[in-house]
Amino acid sequence: MATPFVAGTRGAVLHRGLVDLLGEEQVLWQKHDLQLYEYDGAVDTATPDAVVIPRDTADVANLARFCSEHNVPLVPRGAGTGLSGGAIPVEGGVVVSFARMSRILELDAANLRAVVQPGLVNLHLSTAAAPHGLYFVPDPSSQKACTIGGNVAENSGGPHTLAYGVTTNHVTGLEIVLTDGTIVRLGGKAHESEGYDLIGLFVGSEGTLGLITEITVRLSPLPEDKRTVMAAFPTMDLASEAVSAIIASGLVPSAIELMDQLATVAVEASVGAGYPLDAGAILLAEVDGPRDGLDDHRARIEELCRANGATSIRVAETALERDRLWAGRKGAFAAMGRLAPDYYVQDGVIPRTRLPDVLRRIAEVGERYGVRIANVFHAGDGNLHPLILFDGSLGPDVLRQVKAAGVEILRACLDAGGSITGEHGVGMEKNCELPLQYGPDDLAAMLHVKRAFDPAGLANPAKIFPTPSRCREFSLHAARSV
Amino acid sequence: MTIPLHGLADHGEGPVSELISRCVHCGLCLPTCPTYALLGVEMDSPRGRIRLMKNVLDGRLEPDAAGYDDHIYKCLDCRACETACPSGVEFGKLVEGARAQIERARPRSAFARAMRWLVFRQLLPHHARLAVLARLGHLSKRLRIGTLVRPLPLGRRLASLLDLVPDRAPSARPLPASVAAHGAVRGRVALFQGCVMRAAFAGTNLATARVLARNGVEVLVPAAQTCCGALHVHAGEPTDARELARRNIASLEALDVDAFIVNAAGCGANLKEYGWLLREDPDWRKRAERFSGLVKDAIEYLAELGLSAIPGSLDATVTYDDPCHLLHGQKVRDQPRALLRAIPGVRFVELGEADWCCGSAGIYNVTQPDLSRQLLHRKVEHIRRTGADLVVTANPGCEMQLAAGLRADGSPASVIHLMDLLERAYGAR
Ligand SMILES: Cc1cc2nc3c(=O)[nH]c(=O)nc-3n(C[C@H](O)[C@H](O)[C@H](O)COP(=O)(O)OP(=O)(O)OC[C@H]3O[C@@H](n4cnc5c(N)ncnc54)[C@H](O)[C@@H]3O)c2cc1C
Ligand code: SF4
Ligand code: SF4
Repeated sequence: MATPFVAGTRGAVLHRGLVDLLGEEQVLWQKHDLQLYEYDGAVDTATPDAVVIPRDTADVANLARFCSEHNVPLVPRGAGTGLSGGAIPVEGGVVVSFARMSRILELDAANLRAVVQPGLVNLHLSTAAAPHGLYFVPDPSSQKACTIGGNVAENSGGPHTLAYGVTTNHVTGLEIVLTDGTIVRLGGKAHESEGYDLIGLFVGSEGTLGLITEITVRLSPLPEDKRTVMAAFPTMDLASEAVSAIIASGLVPSAIELMDQLATVAVEASVGAGYPLDAGAILLAEVDGPRDGLDDHRARIEELCRANGATSIRVAETALERDRLWAGRKGAFAAMGRLAPDYYVQDGVIPRTRLPDVLRRIAEVGERYGVRIANVFHAGDGNLHPLILFDGSLGPDVLRQVKAAGVEILRACLDAGGSITGEHGVGMEKNCELPLQYGPDDLAAMLHVKRAFDPAGLANPAKIFPTPSRCREFSLHAARSV
Repeated sequence: MTIPLHGLADHGEGPVSELISRCVHCGLCLPTCPTYALLGVEMDSPRGRIRLMKNVLDGRLEPDAAGYDDHIYKCLDCRACETACPSGVEFGKLVEGARAQIERARPRSAFARAMRWLVFRQLLPHHARLAVLARLGHLSKRLRIGTLVRPLPLGRRLASLLDLVPDRAPSARPLPASVAAHGAVRGRVALFQGCVMRAAFAGTNLATARVLARNGVEVLVPAAQTCCGALHVHAGEPTDARELARRNIASLEALDVDAFIVNAAGCGANLKEYGWLLREDPDWRKRAERFSGLVKDAIEYLAELGLSAIPGSLDATVTYDDPCHLLHGQKVRDQPRALLRAIPGVRFVELGEADWCCGSAGIYNVTQPDLSRQLLHRKVEHIRRTGADLVVTANPGCEMQLAAGLRADGSPASVIHLMDLLERAYGAR
């Protein structure tokens, strides 16, 4: 179904060509260096044939032209915090690291815009905008490390995108280098542009349409104040009821997050956020905006939590306390290292009301496969993040089993009327599962779009779309388990 | 005396695999790593360095590979990544293990071996020799030897080393055997004098003892103690470091004190890890753990105890640069700021990127002069923005590095150890 990829130039010829084109400093080709671009934040690995670290758009365009002449795939990479193997060069080729294109080109506070390079770290933008009373809304839990380019490519969300929208709602302009080296500029600082919404198309394209070399983002005024509430519940069911009650009440919290007991244990060992260890579930909710009325909203949330069985409630009194409560949530994935050497995180989305059922099914999957599963999620929009804990050093069979458990979890989400990815992208991790959600015609339509921009199939190949070679094993497995 | 073939390590262990497996390659540490910020490659990031170690462990990379050596030694061992890591990766222990592994596996040039032998065996453990060297250094500086040798081979390194030598003459005046507490006795401690501190910064040691005494602490200054071995550990020479650790423990452990006080952040972090250093020595492990449990930085101890004597007033704008091994290595952050705010008249201004390494990093300014200079430049820029007259820190290496940077920049600001500043404030009463 996908464009069949024919490996192009490799090895010494590729290195020499790249060094001649871009200079020694911009190219990595030694084995021990390439081995460090095999991984991202998830579980899959593959070694690139070369790594290029461009300095500017011209470098990227020259590189793309060279690679299209030699039929070499291009795999963009931001900080490598991705959770679906997006930056993994599964078909080999050149990994393009944006680590050195990380500047803020313009901060236009008056127009609420910033023009940035793709390698800029998400949090660095908000830090730079803060003196102007502004910030960049999308706040993935990885925000102190992930790049804006990666955010755009994945259309990332975060705890606070519940009220204010995910990345796509905060991008107004892009500069793209297509795989043939063409430089395309879309949008700008203005609000809307005529014709097709190509920006919307590129946001979330996971590097499969081209390389993003410049981004114009919307900045938003920092809320005047915030109130953060932590509530502990004896069971996840009660906590889910509370979430539904809060949303049904008409309040619009800027964030509502939930975490189960296993996750709480890891987080407490890691950052000591002050979550009670004996609770079955921890709920974090935040309201922000004009100071007037905030305390009423906070009180209403507390009331609804209590009415739904909360055993203890804490309100952050200071900014420091609020940061500590959030540090626990934002460090939750990485804190899994305290419980097991590896974790495999799922990203299913379900209608919020089905939360208790789906969580029960996830627990059953864990029991059946004999693995521990921790749950951390954006409860407000029903975006689950079950974390399957394992030890990858025990061999490839373990990872296979873990992935099979993952597929069952995704199935549970689909059965509940949800989808297989909320914000981490499809990448090379869920591409085999995509047919569970889309029929052949749907996939063909998407492939037409890809071919329109990337006819040679060199932009991050074997991502999003199922590939015959890698997905055969999956189909067999799926056939067996149905 | 024989100079060994490899580094000095006759047995070194690699980075411990259980510590490696703590890393879940999430990448959250990347932006806090100064070398990643400067170089922008995964190999010079914490996650990348851990993966290099894992690749050696898995047999995918040889421990004597030039690339391994390069990236592991480009690391500042500043441990900023430890503070950033939600998974609790103890990076310092890992990189130190990797260095020991490299020193064992990788043949060194005759010159490099001779230097190691000279510095780690013949100088650091001998404070009298260090004192002579400190005086020689000061003399060379006054005679402007740096300018003369700069054109010679290796002259540039020697010259940049001389740039670090403080303007003021080194003080190696021996301290009294004890300093009595003023007023009601609130505690009893032993002062760890260090090697470089004792040879060149004895004034700071004295200030430390006096400040503690003024606050009701009796301070013993035991004569029998040696270099703590921190530089040995950082340079992949754990065998020598263990020997120094045993000597220090043996001569100090019997003292009846509440704490062993250190005023050099690098030494403090290392002394607190004697338990780890000697973990595989059944005769010493327990003793080392007990000893380490009593080690406290002077700042940490004093802030916990609380000031009983109010310092005099100083009219100055002051900023504070966190020594990495105090902030990231010992997690001491708020205490120095609280002490500074306790000095009447002081206007305290936070320093941007105070949690970043200044590029001193033990002997990094000698081994990686270019990266070190870039970091120093960045630091001086931030200091300039504070408008401070006084830059306070708490480690001799940082003090020398910051002073050299400010001097080269023509800045009027001066650098001072927090204990010296407190003593100055008490003097102004
Ligand atoms: C601890 C942790 C917590 C996380 N929390 C969240 C969360 O709350 N919400 C969320 O949405 N995600 C989360 N993530 C996932 C991840 O951080 C995001 O997907 C992030 O946007 C990836 O950014 P990156 O710079 O690391 O990109 P990478 O991982 O390097 O790349 C991700 C994808 O983007 C593509 N890409 C990168 N740069 C470009 C470019 N310039 N042009 C074209 N394509 C490009 C890559 O090819 C790849 O497909 C989390 C990850 C971790 C490790
Ligand atoms: S933050 Fe910790 S777990 Fe994550 S990559 Fe860095 S060292 Fe590894
Ligand atoms: S110790 Fe410092 S230089 Fe070394 S990897 Fe960690 S942050 Fe980077």
